[in-house]
Amino acid sequence: MTEQDAITVQAPRAFLEVRDLRIHFPTDDGLVKSVDGLSFSLERGRTLGIVGESGSGKSVTSLGLLGLHNRKNAKVSGEIWLDGQEIVGSSPEQVRRLRGRKMSMIFQDPLSSMHPFYTIGAQIIEAYRIHNDVSKQVARKHAIDMLDRVGIPQPDKRVDDYPHQFSGGMRQRAMIAMSLSCDPELLIADEPTTALDVTVQAQILDLIRDLQKEFNSAVIIITHDLGVVAELSDDILVMYGGRCVEYGEVEELFHAPEHPYTWGLLGSMPRLDRDRSDRLMPIKGSPPSLINVPEGCAFSPRCAFAELNEGRSETERPELREIGPGHRVACHLDRADRRRLWDEEIRPKL
Amino acid sequence: MSREAGDTVTTPDTTATADPRSAGGQGEVLLEVSGLRKHFPVTRGAIIKRQVGAVKAVDGVDFSVRSGQTLGLVGESGCGKTTTGRMITRLLEPTDGRIVFQGRDITHVSQGTMRPLRRDIQMIFQDPYSSLNPRKTVGSIVGAPFRLQNVETESGVKKAVQDLLDVVGLNPEHYNRYPHEFSGGQRQRIGIARTLALRPKLIVADEPVSALDVSIQAQVVNLLEDLQDEFGLTYVVIAHDLSVVRHISDRVGVMYLGKMVELSDAADLYKNPMHPYTVALLSAVPVPDPSIRSARERIRLQGDVPSPLNPPPACPFHTRCWKAQDVCGTVEPPMVELAPGHQVACHFPENAPADAEQQVAKAAGRA
Ligand SMILES: Nc1ncnc2c1ncn2[C@@H]1O[C@H](COP(=O)(O)OP(=O)(O)OP(=O)(O)O)[C@@H](O)[C@H]1O
Ligand SMILES: Nc1ncnc2c1ncn2[C@@H]1O[C@H](COP(=O)(O)OP(=O)(O)OP(=O)(O)O)[C@@H](O)[C@H]1O
Ligand code: SF4
Ligand code: SF4
Ligand SMILES: [Mg+2]
Ligand SMILES: [Mg+2]
Repeated sequence: MTEQDAITVQAPRAFLEVRDLRIHFPTDDGLVKSVDGLSFSLERGRTLGIVGESGSGKSVTSLGLLGLHNRKNAKVSGEIWLDGQEIVGSSPEQVRRLRGRKMSMIFQDPLSSMHPFYTIGAQIIEAYRIHNDVSKQVARKHAIDMLDRVGIPQPDKRVDDYPHQFSGGMRQRAMIAMSLSCDPELLIADEPTTALDVTVQAQILDLIRDLQKEFNSAVIIITHDLGVVAELSDDILVMYGGRCVEYGEVEELFHAPEHPYTWGLLGSMPRLDRDRSDRLMPIKGSPPSLINVPEGCAFSPRCAFAELNEGRSETERPELREIGPGHRVACHLDRADRRRLWDEEIRPKL
Repeated sequence: MSREAGDTVTTPDTTATADPRSAGGQGEVLLEVSGLRKHFPVTRGAIIKRQVGAVKAVDGVDFSVRSGQTLGLVGESGCGKTTTGRMITRLLEPTDGRIVFQGRDITHVSQGTMRPLRRDIQMIFQDPYSSLNPRKTVGSIVGAPFRLQNVETESGVKKAVQDLLDVVGLNPEHYNRYPHEFSGGQRQRIGIARTLALRPKLIVADEPVSALDVSIQAQVVNLLEDLQDEFGLTYVVIAHDLSVVRHISDRVGVMYLGKMVELSDAADLYKNPMHPYTVALLSAVPVPDPSIRSARERIRLQGDVPSPLNPPPACPFHTRCWKAQDVCGTVEPPMVELAPGHQVACHFPENAPADAEQQVAKAAGRA
């Protein structure tokens, strides 16, 4: 906490800088701490993958970045700096303008974020004209261009289709066309391919990668699929119970991970790029309640190594500490133990 | 052994039975499906309905499953996996074809005759949330099959249910709890316990883990494997996740637009995929290893899966296949066994023996 306060006074250096973000929801059952002290930064041209279990706070984080939480039922604190402008303390109107010009989001389910009664074209045109003072004709031409860019065949005809006339993959493309129509500097994709078949997923991931190169955008991709993050990300943030438990470069995270939860994720997953393992290594138990978050490490009830810490895992919350260049871990185990466990016990079984 | 085969062999492999996971393995054929079809009529008109077409959801599928083994069914959304599963479990009446279970034709057996059979063939559903009645306790959900079919006396039910809860890794004290008190993985376990209550021989599991978190998926996958070992269960597992399917299957069938396009021992299918669609499917799976991402060769399929209302003639994949030639749109490629335990329906298969094209041409009556 004191460390965080010290940072607060410094000016942001990165394109996107998130500091000690907390997003809490007061509910009848108690305070839901969906995001509880999250800090990270991201530069343009780079992709950050956020992974974690269902309910770990990934979507709440992304909505927070876009300033989309209703202040009436969400308590948001901390700082989000986007290109020098702070979002948490900005007025809804300021944030709305930023959202059109600088940042954009691709949602998991394009149907729910597109209006069923308007054509695809009309929706792209509207999104474009909010922030660009152009005629309808020019905007329509832009919409057709965008549909073409995302690989919709015969875009000049399909521009007048309604969302239900598109297949799932095409809707996701149209959604991307809409998100990109203002050349966003920050693109947030929340489970952009979860509902899609693998062949369509591959097309969409290619598309995101190509468009990012073209616009030099900063991209945040949120997913529970480690394969997807490995394909796309430069850096990875692993979330558990509303906090970051491990952060680092993609190579480091896959080849030398140091948090027991990250190990658990890797061991749970059958892999096509390895010989078939005899047995998967699931993480026991289930994810924590965000209302009564365990005192110490949120992962302790499920962690196979908690007992090595003489009770600290259950009583004291581990800080996120830098253990190497750009690699941060929140775990009480000491470094030597973590490396030994990974080398001797975890990696050989993967 | 074909599991390890690096190159394809056309002569029957004499050592084929060494590995119990292979098709040549022991165990009699428990389920045999041939020429299975399901066409859903498409009607127009509010008052007088007339049929204007049919969705060919499943359009002539053959496969068999040996006792104690697992057949995985993969393929993209809408290719007919669930429809196939529902016909096997007799929740849907086939339009055509035959389903033989333990040597007995059950294709058209009536619901009445089906009763005892129902116990032998069970289905596990995808969604652990909606498939459990929220107002019933775990005890009454898992015990229902016992009560319904008078398998046990009421006094025996509780004990039997608690034993089952223990088997699936739930606490027997959960007997009086309600589904909402459980996590997704635990609910899926409750569903599995309910299925096991009837001591089925064959379980059709439709996307049993896809609604669950990865860490929980692994728990359920391991549980399914343990139960198979313990009770000698036979599974048909439907899933779109190709890595999960490889992990649990002995044999894998790949479907495309209502047809089986490739059917093989699991290891050989993943090592030497022969159908271009299978090759594309496997190359599209994201690999959780950042160091090889740029080195991987990918095949990107263009366009979408055509509508099953009006599937392309002959090879259903020819509208998207990069190897397609004229014949692919005119002659339906027959299923041919091109390697031991490995069948494929394609005129120009990949990873196949040198004379594969001639073999296929001959089988198609073109040579
Ligand atoms: N408006 C809200 N009021 C109360 N709790 C909320 C609200 N929105 C989200 N939550 C809770 O916050 C937690 C984090 O939710 P979030 O949607 O961020 O999870 P996620 O990591 O995106 O999960 P998934 O992988 O399932 O999408 C959940 O426990 C959720 O129930
Ligand atoms: N009752 C029905 N009436 C009409 N068409 C149907 C019916 N049930 C399924 N279909 C159609 O049959 C085809 C096959 O559906 P099915 O549910 O078997 O696919 P699937 O392979 O299980 O797909 P998914 O992976 O999306 O679950 C689809 O085109 C579907 O729309
Ligand atoms: S702090 Fe303790 S419980 Fe948490 S991950 Fe590390 S060892 Fe496990
Ligand atoms: S038969 Fe022809 S179109 Fe069909 S998969 Fe084979 S090569 Fe492709
Ligand atoms: Mg989410
Ligand atoms: Mg299905």
